[in-house]
Amino acid sequence: MTLSEIIEALEAKVLLNPIGNDLAVDRACASDLMSDVLTFATPGAVLLTGLTTPQTVYTAEMADIHVICYVRGKKPQGETLRLAEEKDVVLLSTDLPMYESCGRLYLRGLRGCVER
Amino acid sequence: MKKDKVNQVFRVGRTQELIYELKVEQAMTRTVITVEPENTMEDVRRLLKEHRISGMPVTKAGDLVGIVSIEDLIRSLREGNTQEPVKQRMSTNVVTLYADDPLVHAVQKFERYGYGRFPVIDRKTRKLVGILTKADIIRCLLRRLEINYHEREAQQDKPSHWFADLPSDRTAIVLRYDIEGGNFQKAGEASSTLKRNLKKLGIPSEATRRITIASYEAEMNIVIFTPGGELVATIEPGKVTVTAADRGPGIPDIELAMQPGYSTAPDWVRELGFGAGMGLPNIKNCSDEMRIDSKVGEGTTLQFTVFT
Repeated sequence: MTLSEIIEALEAKVLLNPIGNDLAVDRACASDLMSDVLTFATPGAVLLTGLTTPQTVYTAEMADIHVICYVRGKKPQGETLRLAEEKDVVLLSTDLPMYESCGRLYLRGLRGCVER
Repeated sequence: MKKDKVNQVFRVGRTQELIYELKVEQAMTRTVITVEPENTMEDVRRLLKEHRISGMPVTKAGDLVGIVSIEDLIRSLREGNTQEPVKQRMSTNVVTLYADDPLVHAVQKFERYGYGRFPVIDRKTRKLVGILTKADIIRCLLRRLEINYHEREAQQDKPSHWFADLPSDRTAIVLRYDIEGGNFQKAGEASSTLKRNLKKLGIPSEATRRITIASYEAEMNIVIFTPGGELVATIEPGKVTVTAADRGPGIPDIELAMQPGYSTAPDWVRELGFGAGMGLPNIKNCSDEMRIDSKVGEGTTLQFTVFT
């Protein structure tokens, strides 16, 4: 999927997009537990999370993730935004809860990080 | 030795090397302006003017039969006979170069004969394949030196370069980061900086990913559980070792702490996305070697290595 297809599927607001809508994303990882993301996420995946701490951006950076989508209408503030800007991470926000967000992306063919 | 002095030595040495390495065919101009023996000197005048050159080979069906220059034209003009055929004015004992000659042969011939140009012929077919002037040689050398310079510049940041330039029995680059306990706004900053530096040093991206995921988990442990500590990354040829040392409470049962899901973290830590008992198992998964030394009441030293 492209970034623009993800934005459309999740009816997401774009908070920060330093990369561009044509970015290809072929996997997704959804968790509020950053240690799980660090364990299972593949490079280039989109991260769906309900957390908005600066650690979401650091986690994305370490795991080579370029897109974070905050679910349940959450929007990161202050340090998280500043860090994302500094590290060129795309930030999205959707009003959908975690389960619906995952479902919509999975229905459109976006795979998880563990399946082949 | 001063830096500009080093560069100067490098350039001169390199230029001399290059004229031995490079072949005439790499420097020559391949599209050659030629005339036929039956053409007139007036044709020569027109071609010299049109192409802003000072001489050209004379060919018959691709074979080199002579060479005609601006001096020959001046003689024709002086005698008022520019309608005479080229074959009456051209020089027939032409000094040539082979396409596969090293450039140094060309340089020697320019010095010996004082000519402005040499036709280049193929050693086997004897056909004309190009023409070489001094300007062609200079252009070719400059282009090569520029390529060399860019390659050198690109290598400057790579650890291979550092390690080769600073010989010792065991050269290492050591990066040290202080970690503040309890500061969650900054938790991750050290690993983030380390990641940038590893990229700059040319460590492969998959190894960099494993090193920094593990160091980030270690950094989070120091921030969550201890009053502070340090993260030390030692970069050596073939491996990166990270040591995370803290002045914390220590781990009473390391075996238990290594079990996935085992955690002593309070709920507020879990709300930050950590403390679910995945940190140490994750560090072990990401690294090729791992070691923990811990004393209750004194602190913990965790060390892991990733082969690059």
